[in-house]
Amino acid sequence: MGNAPESGDEADPDAETDGGLRAYTVRLELVDEPGELLRALAPIADNGGNLLSIHHERGNITPRGHIPVEVDLECPPDRFDDVVEGLRDAGVNIIQAGAEHYGEAVSVVLVGNLVETDLSNTLSRIEDEADAVVQDLSLAAPEGTNGISSARARLAIDSGRSGDVLAAIRSIGTDKDLTVVEPLLGGEA
Amino acid sequence: MRLAILGAGDVGRSVADLAGEYDHEVVALADSTSAVVDPDGIAVDDILERKAGGETLGTASPDDVFDTDYDVLVEATPTTLGDAEPGFTHVKRALEADRHVVLANKGPVAERYEELRALEADSAGSIRFEATVGGAIPVLSTIEDCTPQAVTAVRGVLNGTANFILTRMAAEGLDYEHVLGEAQDLGVAEADPTFDVDGTDAALKFVILANVLADGGFSLADATVEGIQSIPGSALDLAAEDGRTIRLIGEATRDGVRVGPRLVPENGALAVTGTRNIVQIETRHAGSLHSSGRGAGGPETATAVLSDVGRLPPL
Repeated sequence: MGNAPESGDEADPDAETDGGLRAYTVRLELVDEPGELLRALAPIADNGGNLLSIHHERGNITPRGHIPVEVDLECPPDRFDDVVEGLRDAGVNIIQAGAEHYGEAVSVVLVGNLVETDLSNTLSRIEDEADAVVQDLSLAAPEGTNGISSARARLAIDSGRSGDVLAAIRSIGTDKDLTVVEPLLGGEA
Repeated sequence: MRLAILGAGDVGRSVADLAGEYDHEVVALADSTSAVVDPDGIAVDDILERKAGGETLGTASPDDVFDTDYDVLVEATPTTLGDAEPGFTHVKRALEADRHVVLANKGPVAERYEELRALEADSAGSIRFEATVGGAIPVLSTIEDCTPQAVTAVRGVLNGTANFILTRMAAEGLDYEHVLGEAQDLGVAEADPTFDVDGTDAALKFVILANVLADGGFSLADATVEGIQSIPGSALDLAAEDGRTIRLIGEATRDGVRVGPRLVPENGALAVTGTRNIVQIETRHAGSLHSSGRGAGGPETATAVLSDVGRLPPL
């Protein structure tokens, strides 16, 4: 509410490709020398990646005596391999690279015979079919586990995929006869 | 303008009652069984008193209304689904006689929009229906002012009964059945609240909005509708833990209509409380506009009818 500026819905059209943007986390290890960090980041931008955050763990040392750095970036899925290759070409040691980081969070409330319909199966289906990660779950079962209960799940998803994710959860809800209360997307709620 | 009012429920009676304030004259008022017709203007106060006393409106038959000399037919009979009769035929007869029609009845506009527009195209009269969406809140006239092409979506709460129930459930931690009973005692919910709580009433309004945005193409059958009957108090509690609440929210775009319980920020604009309604009009060039107010009630809805009458061109 109020006069907060609107967050624009459209992403930079140049950055958008057919596959949309996806968030990735890359763990690197750097030699503790001046200029190393900058040298490691350049190949990311050069290959079309957009840096989201950099966690430079100066206090930690890897077994090989290097400094671990965690970089969150966003890029079209078909560019990610180029980013990784660019880093390797630059002689940067990559510990881990993958789509393990998610750009957005949405909450949904599920209502129904959650226990009887196997809540843990429901959650794994959400993770598999909606491609989301359940970060947090609250369950309220005032009638006991055999009655109607409610669960609120906070889901981490890739940026810009909330519509698809919610559609997938909706269809899981239909399958299992659960009411899915979705967040209202769009507009200034 | 000379008004002929069909329907003597809360809305029809309030239109008759307030018409004088808006400098209009009521020449006919009919309910489903009888009518009172007077080309020089009916004595509204006396007739409303008679009706309140349980007597018939007058000695004329409802059909006689169409033979009198009027400028605007006010269609305020109860909303019906499907063929939207008898409301649709009332509108048709008036337009074929080159008269204006102002509707408070949602049925014809939601279910047979294209047919109404085709009849209007062949008539010297025109139709307006602000009162069908959001009672006193100027929703359609706002869209008209923005031009429908510049409006990308309309979202909001357009059923006061469902909103009242969800508000009370969240505030008191009570369950649906309990709060529904309370709402019925207070007169907020009708004895048969089905259309309010199953989302039908809200859906009709959002179907009308989608028809306005897309210039037709929608009826109730095209809407995805879910009600609030299956929402337990515990769901509202969980939503509140996250700074959210649940409201029966409708969405109308050119692509479709959807009504169902949704999570919205607890202190956000759409989380109105009690029987209040709100619409959010999303525009292409000007962000979102919000209007909130009383979405139902006789005098409230009558003001929308009479504002529409004021917008009509002379015949």
